[in-house]
Amino acid sequence: MIVQLHEVVERGRVESVVEYFKGRIYQRPPLRSSVKRSIRVKNIYEIEVLDYQDKFLMLRVLCDPGTYMRKLAHDMGLILGVGAHMRELRRTRTGPFREDETLVTLQEVGEALYLWRSSGDERYLRRVIQPVEVSTVHLPKILVLDTAVDAVAHGANLAAPGVAQLTRNVEPGKPVAIYTLKGELVALGKSLKSADEIARMDKGLVAETTRVVMPRGVYPRTWKTKSGSGLR
Amino acid sequence: MGLKEKGVGFLDKITARAGYVNNWITVREADTSPDYGVLPYERGIIDHINFGVINLDKPPGPTSHEVVAWIKRMFNIERAGHGGTLEPWVY
Repeated sequence: MIVQLHEVVERGRVESVVEYFKGRIYQRPPLRSSVKRSIRVKNIYEIEVLDYQDKFLMLRVLCDPGTYMRKLAHDMGLILGVGAHMRELRRTRTGPFREDETLVTLQEVGEALYLWRSSGDERYLRRVIQPVEVSTVHLPKILVLDTAVDAVAHGANLAAPGVAQLTRNVEPGKPVAIYTLKGELVALGKSLKSADEIARMDKGLVAETTRVVMPRGVYPRTWKTKSGSGLR
Repeated sequence: MGLKEKGVGFLDKITARAGYVNNWITVREADTSPDYGVLPYERGIIDHINFGVINLDKPPGPTSHEVVAWIKRMFNIERAGHGGTLEPWVY
């Protein structure tokens, strides 16, 4: 982020104020905001001065999702006593995505799409688009048996007998990604138990399904329905 | 190599590429049938588009919303969204 100070301040003071924002901070969402405007506690895990020239301060910040950078810049100005505002912001990382070789421009997307449509060559499109599973690699994971896939694809919660394997970082109340044994993303959910508990369970629910990705009917349905109940 | 090994291998590979690690606990030994589903990297191009994400370098100016609308128009698809401002597009 680039912060513009409203008056020149000595570098040492800027650095100590930047340091002051490390750790827990309190923010109230801005007036024009779509969320409830109660004070929120956010963590600034890392904050580093990359450059400071004249009134311009370039910072690298690693923070909780939903931390207001504009507010952070403004508050720095208040503490420095000269006022400040955010001039520019760039997100360099979010979840598993960062500025690496997978980052593409809209231009590249358009060209890859054109090439595929005009010549049938899909190699570039496959380089520009990654499988959806890539967006969930940072999450704890549960792989389910073929027999459990379609129930989850229908939005059912995951039951213990459907679990084939899982990662040790599965924790109750935390998000979890649910995959097939082929590695296909079925759904996102919220775990109800810890990994160790799930490994020992032979009945009961282990995760609540919150967002289904796989269409219904890709895997065979295995649960029984009462014919003629009209509840289907 | 069995289908399951390929599937788990794929997840481990993309996980490692992003700097994370999967520590697995096997609960029930099982394989997966080749009759349904597909390894994520073997999806046909249409499915690859529909179940794909783009790590997009959005220029300042257009909003995330606008760029999503362009992407939908370009690909002629109904469902697309975005998450984070590094703009991954989920179709």
